[in-house]
Amino acid sequence: MTAASSITTPPAATSSSARAARRRRERRVLTALALLAAAAVAGFCLIGLAGNWEYALGIRFRKIATMVVVGVAVAFSSVLFQTVTGNRVLTPGIMGFDQLFVLIQTLVVFLFGALALSSADPRLLFAGQVAVMVFFAVALYRWLFGRRARDLYVLVLAGVVFGTLFGSLSSLASRLINPNDFVVLQDSLFASFNQVDPGLLTLSAVLVAATAVWIARLARRLDVVALGRDHALNLGVDHASVVNRSLVAVAVLVSVSTALVGPITFLGLLVANLARQLTGTFRHGTVLTAAALLSVTVLAGGQLVLERVFTMNTALSVIINFVGGAYFIALLIRESRR
Amino acid sequence: MIEIKDVTKRYGDTAVVDGVSLTIAPGGVTSIIGANGAGKSTLLSVVSRLTPADGGTVTVDGMDVATTPGDRLARRLAVLRQDNHMSVRLTVRELVAFGRFPHSGGRLTAADHELVDEAIDYFELGDLADRHLDQLSGGQRQRAYVAMVLCQDTDYVLLDEPLNNLDMRHSVQMMRRLRRMADDYGKTVVMVVHDINFASCHSDTIVAMKRGSVIARGTTAEMMTPEVLNAVYDLDIDVHEIGGRRIGVYFS
Repeated sequence: MTAASSITTPPAATSSSARAARRRRERRVLTALALLAAAAVAGFCLIGLAGNWEYALGIRFRKIATMVVVGVAVAFSSVLFQTVTGNRVLTPGIMGFDQLFVLIQTLVVFLFGALALSSADPRLLFAGQVAVMVFFAVALYRWLFGRRARDLYVLVLAGVVFGTLFGSLSSLASRLINPNDFVVLQDSLFASFNQVDPGLLTLSAVLVAATAVWIARLARRLDVVALGRDHALNLGVDHASVVNRSLVAVAVLVSVSTALVGPITFLGLLVANLARQLTGTFRHGTVLTAAALLSVTVLAGGQLVLERVFTMNTALSVIINFVGGAYFIALLIRESRR
Repeated sequence: MIEIKDVTKRYGDTAVVDGVSLTIAPGGVTSIIGANGAGKSTLLSVVSRLTPADGGTVTVDGMDVATTPGDRLARRLAVLRQDNHMSVRLTVRELVAFGRFPHSGGRLTAADHELVDEAIDYFELGDLADRHLDQLSGGQRQRAYVAMVLCQDTDYVLLDEPLNNLDMRHSVQMMRRLRRMADDYGKTVVMVVHDINFASCHSDTIVAMKRGSVIARGTTAEMMTPEVLNAVYDLDIDVHEIGGRRIGVYFS
């Protein structure tokens, strides 16, 4: 792919040649990432297939589909959130948005009981939870980021406090419900890539795809919103409307990924920043694509290495959070030196 | 024409802009002067719809800035504020190219690129065009921001302290460019300026603000007098005529 993209006629003017070189580099990075993601997906599906391969492949397909859906959801929500808040250190995961969704799930069981839940259509239930999540996530955002720009450290602290608060509230509520309900709840909360409800997966895939298309159409306006409110307004972009739409999208995406596999706090931070660094551009079309590809690569590749190479049963999220957490601290330190 | 009617902006209980009415005729350079906290920047950002007013209306060629769609206004009026920190990492060329967004929606045509190159050359940013903004000095960055706003090619250009961080040569260049935009292209330039002598040498009209109100406005000759400047700044300022220009001396 490098050969094909580098064979172009040298442009005359220096400015347009610099532009072309930049664009070529973006395309090269995207192609490389796409190949990497494809390799990880293929590797995960095919390596170590033995015995009844038809059966095994079916299971693996479902797992990989979950990873792709979750990967895209996490990547898009993180990049969007960073653009809207105008920083590169915060993600919905760090601000406790996924813990908020867990709390909503728990409270639903707490209030209505598991019986009502198991008789309800799971898709309808999920849609209801997402709606509640959108409402509260937007309210939380407005409250935190509302009037004036706040100090980054105050926001990080608020995120940690909220994450813990929501987590503690969920565990309090889950202790108060009766043991039978708790089992049902636990089932839905501690879902991993290994056990995902197929119906929910299809619904999630549709939701994520629709949201991704919606966001892709906003991409150029997001480029402008990233310059900050004043510049965006000056350039004729309806800042408030783009921010609101982005927040709804973030809430939907966080709900989907959390409902499917639970919180993976630092994955978004890793892939969003890596994508920006590798592509070296502000353009959301490119950054979003790169982040999604990276996210799928990390999830599929990570799970592959974990399962086949180390034959470990540890959850991948533990490792992602370890690496991502270290990266987060490094980012914070770098930011404080500015 | 920019018509400001009874505009008021409050922060808490204090009115930063207090019932200001002002008409700025199309064409020419208008400077807004006044002490710190006089409400100059707030007025400018209300006029450019960046800050919603608590009362009163602003119309630009009959369009109410509070209700006119942003993209329509962005092709008529451009604004640059004082503080322009950005969290994105952009090169100078990328930043300047954003000025074409209202016209091209992010898909730049060859003509757009030409305008971008022209603005970059004018502000002597050619060598820096592919450098990132965070690698530039304050003055270089300021030039890049102004280049972006001028690239927007609007009838009305509003600038808050365009001379921020600029050295003498670049300050003069900036003012000449603004002057030329008004003279050759019939643009309307409104700016907040701290240096009264730059205001005196390059503007047609000067508006003086104090504690949220316009206390005086007039031609440069009318405004550059010790009496007016004394009232605006509460400072004794001698005005001398040097080479046909009125220069205020206040340094000692």
